[in-house]
Amino acid sequence: MNIPYTSTARLDTGLYNAKLGIWLFLASEVMLFGALFSTYVLLRVNAPTWPHGYELLNVPLATLNTIVLISSSVTMVMSWASLMMKKFGKFKLYMGLTILLAFVFLVVKYFEYTAKFEHHLFPSTNTFLAIYFTITALHGLHILGGIVVNTYLWGPGSKMWQNDPQRFTNRVEVAGLYWHFVDLVWIFLFPVLYLL
Amino acid sequence: MADGHISHKQVEGIGVGVQTHVHHEEHHHELSFLRQYVFSTDHKVIGIQYGITSLLFLLFGFTLMMIMRWQLAYPGEAIPLIGQWLGPDRAPDGIMLPEFYNQLGAMHGTIMVFLGVVPLAVGAFGNYVMPLQIGAVDMAFPKLNMMSYWVYFTGGVTMLVSFFLPGGAANSGWTSYAPLSVIATVGQTVWLIGMVFLITSSLLGSVNFIVTIVQLRTNGLTFMRLPFFVWAQFVTSFLLLLAFPPLEAAGVLQLMDRIAGTSFFMPSGLVVSGVPLTNAGGGSPLLWQHLFWFLAHPEVYVLILPAMGIVAEIIANNTRKPIWGYKSIVFAAVFLGFMSFVVWAHHMFMTGMGTVISTFFQTTTMIISIPSIIILTAFFLSLWGGSIRFTTPMLFALAFLPMFGIGGLTGLPLGLSAPDIHLHDTYYVIGHFHYVVAPGTLMALFAGIYYWYPKVTGRKMSDVLGRLHFWGSFIFLNGVFMPMFIQGLAGVSRRLYDGGAQYAHAQSVLQWNEVMSVSAWCLGLAQIPFIINFFWSAKKGEKVADNHWEATTLDMAATTSPPLAHGNFARVPEVHRGPYEYSVPGATTDFIPQHVRTESNVERGEHR
Repeated sequence: MNIPYTSTARLDTGLYNAKLGIWLFLASEVMLFGALFSTYVLLRVNAPTWPHGYELLNVPLATLNTIVLISSSVTMVMSWASLMMKKFGKFKLYMGLTILLAFVFLVVKYFEYTAKFEHHLFPSTNTFLAIYFTITALHGLHILGGIVVNTYLWGPGSKMWQNDPQRFTNRVEVAGLYWHFVDLVWIFLFPVLYLL
Repeated sequence: MADGHISHKQVEGIGVGVQTHVHHEEHHHELSFLRQYVFSTDHKVIGIQYGITSLLFLLFGFTLMMIMRWQLAYPGEAIPLIGQWLGPDRAPDGIMLPEFYNQLGAMHGTIMVFLGVVPLAVGAFGNYVMPLQIGAVDMAFPKLNMMSYWVYFTGGVTMLVSFFLPGGAANSGWTSYAPLSVIATVGQTVWLIGMVFLITSSLLGSVNFIVTIVQLRTNGLTFMRLPFFVWAQFVTSFLLLLAFPPLEAAGVLQLMDRIAGTSFFMPSGLVVSGVPLTNAGGGSPLLWQHLFWFLAHPEVYVLILPAMGIVAEIIANNTRKPIWGYKSIVFAAVFLGFMSFVVWAHHMFMTGMGTVISTFFQTTTMIISIPSIIILTAFFLSLWGGSIRFTTPMLFALAFLPMFGIGGLTGLPLGLSAPDIHLHDTYYVIGHFHYVVAPGTLMALFAGIYYWYPKVTGRKMSDVLGRLHFWGSFIFLNGVFMPMFIQGLAGVSRRLYDGGAQYAHAQSVLQWNEVMSVSAWCLGLAQIPFIINFFWSAKKGEKVADNHWEATTLDMAATTSPPLAHGNFARVPEVHRGPYEYSVPGATTDFIPQHVRTESNVERGEHR
């Protein structure tokens, strides 16, 4: 059975199905992280004392991670643009770079976490660390999810380029929208948790 | 039935469905049994899976309540029949323990709302009917659809398994208020994990529903030509999409509190059973309530909107009239959706969050009653001057109107912060929301089952058994819930293990406990004709025509029955008119299906 508008846009909405789907999904993700940010605000305004992020957390490492993630967003766009220009080889290169940068982010995050644990700073220590660990771990899971999807599109999923290039390009675009969102969440997380 | 045959000239193509699936079989691969009926991606199969699973959960959740009602009517007496099977850690010698009573209460709420009513209203009816009504071949993302069912199923099994854990299932109420829930037994952890599954499932489902409605509407089916049922599902999906994630966040935070020892919801200096807790403290129990009700209030409209959608279809069909004020109810439903996000804290008037906030939320609460009243009024006005057919689905749909009316009107005193001081957490609240959900939504869902059963099976359910089911349910539902208002007004708290027996102020209304309990068990008996009917009619029911109800919408008029796992339409229909063109002046039949092209369409220059 053929579902319409899987690869071409419907005329009156101007969208193919997956594109509308990912935007709706991202809307729900906004609500998810919105609730967590609200939690942060509520806990902080009610707390008698609240540590500054830079006193407990490693700002230089987080800055590095910010640069890494923004770069990965750029390479993600390049991989999609390469497909639009019918350059499959370049797609492979840029998508590979995106995945690599995502791994770099997680490795840096791993070192940040273990450094905290070595100093006996745990989620149970105080509510600031609790929200820090919860929200960054959830963000990390989103990065991991992105890696899984991107690796599939880079590897076995890219076979679709041979028989349905339009749909494959759409898939990369949708994955890209998700990836930029995860990046955007970090851009909010970084100042809120590390700098304020 | 069948008053007036259809002139060929006027309605060419009315038999689109009847000419049927001769061509279809050829390019249809034979699917294995497992792919066709178990791991199917067909929206109709998934709809049926949702339907049967959620009906079983409804029965299970209802059984929990029937056991609770024994303890409320006859506190401290051994439960007959099943008491000895419950085991010593639940009911030693058949006498229910308070801990077990709390488990039953929490799980009754959870199962009825998240595993029963919502999956039936959205998962079953939405999945089965909505794509047919918009003339779609399937949902936009069939694999996601299958996944959403199986994730729901996993969540349900998780909830069931939690009964067998040490300490039993979750026992902090379906609202799981912190800090009580954080210090509760391990069942609460499993409850949270189950909820994460259920939230994920409804998230996948809601994305799918919205994309399907926006993208897969057939030619000519503009938004203002959508049947109200589709509009109801559309708004409902947005509520699920945007309201559930905060509960997911809250669930994750509570899991952290329970597993990682954080203090999101744990205030400083908490002492439990004389022992100070070692948590860091600094958290806020109110935060849980905010996050929970931010979901759970829109959830109320998730429960009610699909029911209204079903009732709209059935009323239009059985009054043989267009729904009165179609545009008004559509806009009311959309407005209702928006407003449902800004009323949540009316559940929290008694938490000491302050009079300013209370005033804001009681104002929004009064505003949100307006669209509900518009919709209900439109339904009542639709009856005016109709030639009403009292079919079984119509009986249930008609009962929905006053029942939902009672549920809605009794909510007004709760929405105002002053009377809520007296009524908060009493049986009045229980009576109020049960009137909305049980005699309200469940009546509408039963109506839907009787209405779409011929479409699913090709056979009609028995009217005799249907009427037995209807009158039994109608009388005993009121017998269960009406006395709750009396008890609640007398101030009886909703969470008492003995139904108020040891409270002086409850003595004058205590006799109602037995009335309610006997009604509840009779209500259980009244479901037996339905269960028999459901299975018997599938095999032996009267065979009926494709468009048995002579309906106008595409689901009834343009498809064959039963079209299971074989594509929806022999030829995808085009739509030429609004959804409820019944008794059009000058027409030879009293209904003109949406996909039928008449001379007036031709005159207006509409092609094909």
